[in-house]
Amino acid sequence: MTESTIIETAEQRILQLFTENKTLLDEGAGSLLRNHREVSMKAFQRMGIPSRKVENYKYTDLTKLFSLENYNRAFRPTSFDFDMQEVFTCDVPEFDTHILFHVNGWYFYQNRTDQFPKGTIIKSMKSAWKENAELVETYYGKIADSSADPLVALNGAFAQDGVFIYIPEHVVIEKPIQIINLLRSDEDLYVTQRNLVVLGKNSQVKLMFCDHTLAIHSFVANYLTEIFLGEDSIADVYGIQNQHNGTAYLNGLFVHQGRNSQLITNTISLHGGIARNHLHVDLLGENANASLYGLTLTDKDQHSENFTSILHSKPGCHSNQIFKNVLDDSSTGAFTGRIHVLPGAKKTEAYQRNNSVLMTKAAKMNTKPQLVIDNDDVKCSHGATVGQINEEALFYLMTRGINENEARLMLMFAFAHEVLANIRVEPLRQSIDRLVNKRLRGEVSRCHDCKLECIR
Amino acid sequence: MDNQNTLINEVTDRDYRFGFVSDIATDSIPKGLSEEVVRIISAKKEEPEFMLEFRLKAYRKWLTMKMPDWAQLTIPEIDYQDIIYYAAPRQQPKYESLDEVDPELLSTFAKLGIPLEEQKMLAGVAVDAVMDSVSVKTTFKENLAELGIIFCSFSEAVKHHPDLVQKYLGMVVPPNDNFYAALNCAVFSDGSFVYIPKGVRCPMELSTYFRINAKNTGQFERTLIIADSDSYVSYLEGCTAPMRDENQLHAAVVEIIALDRAEVKYSTVQNWYPGNKEGVGGIYNFVTKRGLCKGEYSKIYWNQVETGSAITWKYPSCILAGDNSVAEFNSVALTNNYQQADTGTKMIHLGKNTKSTIVSKGISAGHSSNSYRGLVRVAAKAENARNYSQCDSLLLGDHCGAHTFPYIEVGNQNSVVEHEATTSKIGEDQIFYCNQRGISTQDAIGMIVNGYAREVINKLPMEFAVEAQKLLQISLEGSVG
Repeated sequence: MTESTIIETAEQRILQLFTENKTLLDEGAGSLLRNHREVSMKAFQRMGIPSRKVENYKYTDLTKLFSLENYNRAFRPTSFDFDMQEVFTCDVPEFDTHILFHVNGWYFYQNRTDQFPKGTIIKSMKSAWKENAELVETYYGKIADSSADPLVALNGAFAQDGVFIYIPEHVVIEKPIQIINLLRSDEDLYVTQRNLVVLGKNSQVKLMFCDHTLAIHSFVANYLTEIFLGEDSIADVYGIQNQHNGTAYLNGLFVHQGRNSQLITNTISLHGGIARNHLHVDLLGENANASLYGLTLTDKDQHSENFTSILHSKPGCHSNQIFKNVLDDSSTGAFTGRIHVLPGAKKTEAYQRNNSVLMTKAAKMNTKPQLVIDNDDVKCSHGATVGQINEEALFYLMTRGINENEARLMLMFAFAHEVLANIRVEPLRQSIDRLVNKRLRGEVSRCHDCKLECIR
Repeated sequence: MDNQNTLINEVTDRDYRFGFVSDIATDSIPKGLSEEVVRIISAKKEEPEFMLEFRLKAYRKWLTMKMPDWAQLTIPEIDYQDIIYYAAPRQQPKYESLDEVDPELLSTFAKLGIPLEEQKMLAGVAVDAVMDSVSVKTTFKENLAELGIIFCSFSEAVKHHPDLVQKYLGMVVPPNDNFYAALNCAVFSDGSFVYIPKGVRCPMELSTYFRINAKNTGQFERTLIIADSDSYVSYLEGCTAPMRDENQLHAAVVEIIALDRAEVKYSTVQNWYPGNKEGVGGIYNFVTKRGLCKGEYSKIYWNQVETGSAITWKYPSCILAGDNSVAEFNSVALTNNYQQADTGTKMIHLGKNTKSTIVSKGISAGHSSNSYRGLVRVAAKAENARNYSQCDSLLLGDHCGAHTFPYIEVGNQNSVVEHEATTSKIGEDQIFYCNQRGISTQDAIGMIVNGYAREVINKLPMEFAVEAQKLLQISLEGSVG
């Protein structure tokens, strides 16, 4: 079969899956949501599975992934008998979090949500469709545009569950909310998850997404999170991705920011077969501030891409992006960043940087930092480097009696630390520091304090 | 600030200074493109069989291709059947001295500020003036011939040096390279041919002035420069075009081949008619320029100052195939009114220890859009490759756009690739500082723009640098220049 016929059959299979399971998918959803699902599927049919000829997917090949036939789908929640809260505790000292589990894209029924302040809503997306229909329908699918991206469309078409978080006005949640997404199955699985986070005026929240795989089977995960930041609100979003090499992780984070709101995202990719993070931020209010950071460590034949786009549409907004890659063995990496400043967005400051270190001959890095500026009152810059550890710095350390290997590690760690330094939860930062340190030494395949046995 | 705005408006409102049509009879074939037309062009030029085959192959490929749509450009529909593909001045005299040249032509060049005789005497530049598509005047040919240098029109080269043409034509830009290159390969009428023999250092700057003249005539230039081992040449290309309301298509191809230790410097000042203040008319400049550093230690430099054309689609590129080869791309692109430019470069590193540098300075004013699009690719075998790219954009006015689309693909561990870009406007503090020292806002803008572009302009040969500076001034400074 030629590539185009493979893609065609894959697209037909997806359509068939959609029509056959339509009733199951629509369970509990109101007419607006059903409509959104319908529109998303149509959009997907129009765009199809993106090949590398599609500019936005130039550096990540998804056709192979979607042409595999033996993936099952998690149309129903997977059942577990044991108490997850007991089994899993991220045992970081002084690091206390609210823990919410997802298994194969489904909100875990034993999640405890009783300790949140009054007015806060934290529940499964599926029940929110029923119980908070009005609220959900105001934001759902409004931030991530199904007609613009085939993966968003696919998520919109197949999304059944995820977490819905609503923080009312003036509520500050001090303890980070840790959302642990587990993949566990006895067969190869395709997983869809859809989250929606709405922050009311002047509220604050810290979210931490941890992604793990608990089975030897292959997974394709299509996750999408929409975050709406109301006026003066602050959101920290940390993502730690630690999956085995059989996992393809396609993650979307779409944010709308209101006036004076602040966003920090920090994506740490430690492991994963194929990882593609799509970050999209619309700065819709004046003086909004967005900082996007990412660190990716890849080895073997892993592939990772960070794809960011930031839209400045109002005056006085700031954005800053720093993405770093360390590529070992025959891994490949990609970075695509786009800053778009619209005509009215005066006094914009937007910066973007991608630095990569290639450790071996076979490793490969593609980077595409883009600026689209339609306004003269801006300060924008971008930069990209691909290179190696500085030989002079290495030599300097060695003259101080540090052996080469150790010196190299020190420099690598220093390289990575610029990203890690931006984590605002101190105990978390320390723990990730340690984790990255161990990862660079090749000693760790999982969070060292975690009791779960993630299989590589 | 108000003062500055008035000034910018003044600048934006400026009309094209070189707008006129000179009245020289031309010999054209009917509009339209078909296999027949390709054959007619080839027959008219009395070309050997291999050229006709080359053209037909390109034409057939072109039929299967589509206009590229990935650039940040809005290109109106182009009717390729509404273009005359061949036009040559009716008289084709071969002059030995300037007295014999058609006075009309001489005065045209005088209006452009390119006095042939003066250049001949003072600057020592050999000028191969291309009027429409056939070369009508070549000077200094004898001097160059003594050294074994071949500098002639493309048709002459096909007649007298078919072996060289056959060997190198299409080596860097093959007929199936892209839509416009294929079109050019099929219908190109004339152009320049340069061959520098082994070990020869070309004693003067070689220069060609292009000029689109007959109405509705697409101009398809073809330039081929071959620098044999240990040779050096500096080639200058400059162009201005008369005012016209209908859009004109210009799809040129330039190929440069540098063999072992050869060095080629290619400088362009491009000032085609950019359309009027409302964006009506102007030249479409869809050019494919590419150099091949074929031999070891070879060097190719692209220097360009782009101020004209309604739409520019141009990416002078280098393939660094030879070990230790070096390539440079230096560019100033200025857009005003409704001009659009999508320009940049490709540096493809294939050989070991290859080095490339990219310096791109964009200036956008009025309602224009100015994009830098570049690719730096380091192949797995290109060990110790080094690239440094810098692309800065300067915005004048809040209706214009400046965009940067760099692509960096690195395939091995011991290469270093760096890219940086900034976008800003002229700082109010900078202007204030100048005002404080008694320099008017107008002069201050001129100074700052020229200072900003200096890095690139300094790379141009003397004769060109002066013209380029003047161009930037008249393009931006309104009353000045």
